[in-house]
Amino acid sequence: MSEVASEKVPVTVLTGYLGAGKTTLLNRILSEPHGKKFAVIVNEFGEIGIDNDLVVGADEEVFEMNNGCICCTVRGDLIRIIDGLMRRKGKFDAIIVETTGLADPAPVAQTFFVDDVVGAKTKLDAVVTVADARWLKDRLRDAPEAKNQIAFADVILLNKTDLVADTDLREIEARIRGINPYANIHRTERCAIALPEVLNRGAFDLDRILDIEPQFLEAGDDHEHEHDHDHADGDGHHHQHAHGGLKHYHDEEMQSLSLASDRAVNPDAFFPWMQELVAKEGPNILRCKGILAFKDDPDRFVLQGVHMMLDGDHQRPWKPDEPRQSRLVFIGRNLPEAVIREGFEKCLV
Amino acid sequence: MTDTRAANPSITERTRNIDAGGPVVAVHFLNDLAGFVLGEETLVLAESNGETRRVDVHAGAILTSAADDTRIITGGDDGRVLATGADGKSAVLATDAKRRWVDQVAQGPDNAVAWSAGKQVFVKTAEGEDRIFDAPSSPGGLAFAPKGFRLAVSHYNGTSLWFPNAANAKPEFLEWKGSHLGITFSPDGRFLVTAMQEPTLHGWRLVDGRHMRMAGYAAKVRSTSWSNGGKWLATSGADQLVLWPFQGKDGPMGKQPKLLAPADKRVVTVACHPAQDIVAVGYEHGLVLLVRIDDGAEILASKPEGVAVSAMTWNLAGNMLAFGREDGRAAVLRL
Repeated sequence: MSEVASEKVPVTVLTGYLGAGKTTLLNRILSEPHGKKFAVIVNEFGEIGIDNDLVVGADEEVFEMNNGCICCTVRGDLIRIIDGLMRRKGKFDAIIVETTGLADPAPVAQTFFVDDVVGAKTKLDAVVTVADARWLKDRLRDAPEAKNQIAFADVILLNKTDLVADTDLREIEARIRGINPYANIHRTERCAIALPEVLNRGAFDLDRILDIEPQFLEAGDDHEHEHDHDHADGDGHHHQHAHGGLKHYHDEEMQSLSLASDRAVNPDAFFPWMQELVAKEGPNILRCKGILAFKDDPDRFVLQGVHMMLDGDHQRPWKPDEPRQSRLVFIGRNLPEAVIREGFEKCLV
Repeated sequence: MTDTRAANPSITERTRNIDAGGPVVAVHFLNDLAGFVLGEETLVLAESNGETRRVDVHAGAILTSAADDTRIITGGDDGRVLATGADGKSAVLATDAKRRWVDQVAQGPDNAVAWSAGKQVFVKTAEGEDRIFDAPSSPGGLAFAPKGFRLAVSHYNGTSLWFPNAANAKPEFLEWKGSHLGITFSPDGRFLVTAMQEPTLHGWRLVDGRHMRMAGYAAKVRSTSWSNGGKWLATSGADQLVLWPFQGKDGPMGKQPKLLAPADKRVVTVACHPAQDIVAVGYEHGLVLLVRIDDGAEILASKPEGVAVSAMTWNLAGNMLAFGREDGRAAVLRL
């Protein structure tokens, strides 16, 4: 659709397991004196009142797409609601989608990749996950939904920190890092947080893949350390190893994987490999992001993906003083690390 | 494509421009009165003598509309269903008990009206009785059959054919995987076609339930229109006008569509002339062409003005074409 020159409306997705404090965060966002107007999409069975002019009840209808992607699902209700909301364009500055506690964030995110009207008028800003500091460790054990929400997040509020000792908090944060080293983690009580930390993050904006995530370049080193597993925590689900005084946890099921190389990447090898990888491992890959230095290409190429969906573009010329290093990170379930590393190696010139 | 079409015969001077004052999402004729439906709150009624009137109908977004020759039915995010006549008077036909959005409306025989809110579909019969059908998922579209009192409800994984007057009768279910949105019966009632979330149409031949897949679009098909007598189904969603042949008993099964009026911009709105084999075609950059189906001859009805043609329709007599744009500029063209 050709549009009257206009900004796309940013959409923030709030997730979090039951009782973590999503609605508290939502009400905090709405009540701060920021002068912004929000349209809020809540699940129909939300129990707590929300004080806002534009509140829409959603049914969370998750639809499979017939496009050959077995994991490609979208929120049909969201497509319909956003189409309706955009008729009131000008009445709000941003949209917030609050999901149910058991929701998988992927269909919400994929809706913005799949639907042309939604994609033309709005943009996914970030997935913000609220986690209950008291119960997160338990939920990571028994609730796959909670682990998904952590793995998928761009921003994590570790909430109710007043109810947990500091040593425990550090351990919980290490657990989160073991699953998702790329999210920004904030400790909060009653979801008290400066709104710029959760709004206008541009986490799905290819141009800002690096700008907003300082850990992105550094965190990748985590998995290049020697894994000296000592099995000290005893629950069988996690390994930990000491490193600089901090515990590092390795989640048995959900991990991140970081690839890096100073050698140029051959695009003719890379794209087919990447396509095949997400076609095969898509259901297990929750998110991926990358910056690539292609052979004989003066521009940085950036990409991101959700499950089988990839989105990529040339970003800007490499700066003269900037090392032409390619980086690719995955967050996913039972990722075949050796296979992926080997595949990436073969794409290097 | 603007320059290549400069040589086309033009009837743009017969256009009367109207400032609708907001994005036009639909347009309907009540005889010679053009009723432009805005995205929010208002209908703009344009008389053939040039006068316009604004009628505020909904307290918020207007999500859906339908019409016959006498009234425009609208559904809004205020949970109401309204009927507005040519005199500009509105009547509230229904208010959703939970104030849910009214997502779909359809106008049926004898002033029957159907609408949906959430997963529920309602029909107000000619006798003023309300009937309710719980769809398996939120309806993407509603369409009354041309004959008999039957409502087609498109939803996820298929379409339900509901007889609102047959109490307790289970609706017939036509299955096809995926999310079905806009829905339309062929004028002879033999075929049912849905636009899907994927850029494709799905069709059923109702006598035997045979499937028809009509694919090849670049975008979701948001606009369809049957040519006079139902020989062709004109559709948006490609960089040209796509017409599916429905003349034979098999409809478009095994046949290729006719492709006319190619452009480097996407077709977003189509409206077939009620009597002649001519289609008004609106593009995303604002071009409006009248295209003859037989030979593809084109007449320029509006130059590309940069903003998508978001709504378009003919009056029943076929001598007036109304169209509106996303920026509120609208027009009535008299032939």
